[in-house]
Parts: sequence; C-alpha cells; structure tokens
Amino acid sequence: MYIEVCNEREQTNHKIEFTGTKVKDLLHQLKINPESVLVVRNNEVITEEETLQDNDKIELLSVISGG
Amino acid sequence: MQCTKCSNNAVINLQHGNLCKHHFIDYFEEKVFKTINKYQLIGRNEKLCVAVSGGKDSLTVLYLTKKYLEKNNIPVDDNLVALAVDEGIDNYREHTLVDLKKFCSEHAVPLTIVSFEQELGKTLDKAYPIVNKDTNKRPCNVCGVWRRYLLNKHAKKLGVDKVITGHNLDDEAQAIVMNMFKANTTLAGRLGPISGLGEHDLFVQRVKPLYFCAEKEVRLYALLKNFQIKFSECPYSKEGYRHHIQEMLNDFEHKYKGTKQGIVNSFLAMLPLLQDQEKQQTIGANKIQQCSKCQEASNKDVCNACLMKETIQNA
Repeated sequence: MYIEVCNEREQTNHKIEFTGTKVKDLLHQLKINPESVLVVRNNEVITEEETLQDNDKIELLSVISGG
Repeated sequence: MQCTKCSNNAVINLQHGNLCKHHFIDYFEEKVFKTINKYQLIGRNEKLCVAVSGGKDSLTVLYLTKKYLEKNNIPVDDNLVALAVDEGIDNYREHTLVDLKKFCSEHAVPLTIVSFEQELGKTLDKAYPIVNKDTNKRPCNVCGVWRRYLLNKHAKKLGVDKVITGHNLDDEAQAIVMNMFKANTTLAGRLGPISGLGEHDLFVQRVKPLYFCAEKEVRLYALLKNFQIKFSECPYSKEGYRHHIQEMLNDFEHKYKGTKQGIVNSFLAMLPLLQDQEKQQTIGANKIQQCSKCQEASNKDVCNACLMKETIQNA
C-alpha cells in the first residue's frame, strides 16, 4: 500500500510504499523513534498500534523542542 | 485502539494504559497540579514570573500556572507575569516570539522581553564565534550562562518570588545523565523540582511544574489544547552534548519504557545528599558573592556573564 507522509521536522512530503500494517511498522520503516514524534491522521492523533490503510495521509509532528 | 477509561479512541499509549483526548488532558493537568502541591512550588501570596520562549513547554506551563491560580482562588492580576529572553538567533527566535506575544495577549499575562543585544552588547549569533575563539565554548554554553543571568536579574527587577520554568521530565533526565557522565555533582545538586541554591538574597528560586511530564506528553497537551506553535529548531541545538544524550535516552525509552522516569526517581532519592554537599561547598562556605562588575551573584570576583562580555568587548 501507499502512504503519504508529511514530516514536520524535515519539512518534507513524500508518498511511500509501505509493507507493514501498523503505525509502529511505518515508524520502524522510516527509522523514526516513536518517542520523538506524534502521529496525526485526518487531524486526529493516533497511537502506534493503529492500523493504516492504503492512501492514508500521515503527519509526523516533532516532539523534541527546538532549543 | 480504545481508551482504557472509556470507549473513545486513544491518543496516547502510556505505561499504565491508553488514554483518549479527554482523559489525557485530565491526567496531564492533574499530574502538574499534584507536582505543584507536593513540592509547594507556588505559594498563596507569591508573585510569579513564568520564563517563556513561545515553545510548547513554556506556553503549557504558563497556561497551567494561570489555571492553577484560578482553580485555587489565588488572584492572577499583578501576581503573574511572563519574561522572555531574545538571544538573537537568526531565523529562529523571532518566529517563537510572535507566537508568544499573541498567546500572552490572549491570556492577559503581561510580557517582558529582554535581549542579549540590548543587555550584553551582541546577539548570540555575533557573540558566540568571538567567545568560542578564546575559550572553545559551545553556543549552548554561552547561551545558558547569559539566559540564566538575564532571567535572574530581570526576575529580581520585576519583584517576583519565583521563576516558573517549562523544564520537563526529558530535560531533567538529560541533565541528570549529563552531570553524571561528567562527574559534576555540584551542578547535579542544583537540579530537582525546585532548582538553584535554595533561598538566597541574590537568587530568585526557579521551580518546574512540568517536572514529571514527558516531552511527548507536553507536545500532545499543547496540540490538543490548540496552542498555536509552529515547529522551529534552534540551529545550534545539534551542536550540544545534550543532543547526544537526548537521542540515547529516547532509544532506551523506546526499548525499555519508563527509563526516563526511573532516572528521575532514582535521582530524587539521592538529591538531599547532593544538596547538602552543594550547600556546604557554596552558601555554607560563603562562596556566593556579588560580581564586582554587575553586582549579580557569582562564585568569584567577576561572574561568567561579565567575563564573556569582556571577551567580546576586547575582541
């Protein structure tokens, strides 16, 4: 399936091929530590255990402070 | 995934269960208010100053300090002010200050902004290369000394009893590990929910209501409360030692949930011993004196802030 990933910290927006099922699989694939981001889908925060669907649009919000 | 307490969707997975938006906000606010009460961070007749930057931590602690005062029928007017330090970091601080001014105006909290340039003669961007050439200090070392100096100086000018900061569980766990790795027990003794050297005429006490709140929880709370915070990153942050410790602790936290809380809890058990040692070495030994240049607190004739200022002026 394909997921659109918008990364706040990197200021990037990419459509990627995803082979897993859950948010935690996506973060693992992207090599992002779940401690460092909040995951938002359709303006709602979702947990790492949430199942993703084809063509989901995901925002990764950085938890880490800027300074 | 469902909330452990109701049938709504969870927004966070914590060690003790999953929480929806409503239950997370309740849990978070209760944790902050319990910290304030347990460590007596806020007194009924005290004038308070919140150290703010416009980021998630400072806006959250400002909002919750005001909420705590209102909840406990403590008058907010004239008792709560905000103080920001503009370090002069191009393309960074000016953005957070815009959000900050708007937030303080919306919540009717008087805001004072002081800057490195006004007070010390140069912005951090211009001062750091000069100081670094002479002393090899990193930008965060220069910034830290001057920020603490200006916060203490202006908190006294504002006539407040306490400075409230937005330090969270992650900040504290990082500071504990940093001090441990560098065997700096003197600085370690100044950490804790009430930081600094305890009561002293030259210092305004600094307190940390978000002490037990993980950074991820603070970001989530700020997001769910719709605080307008644009992501911005200090260009110097990755140069600091702290950045490496932060990544290491996040790795550990991911693999072993509760690592950061464990570090802070173990530290709190040791803190009284470290504080006794620190007090004997500083206040007890009369090491705190007034800087001969600026009359602020110092452990030597001229304080570090003035020494750096001199280095810049002589460059």
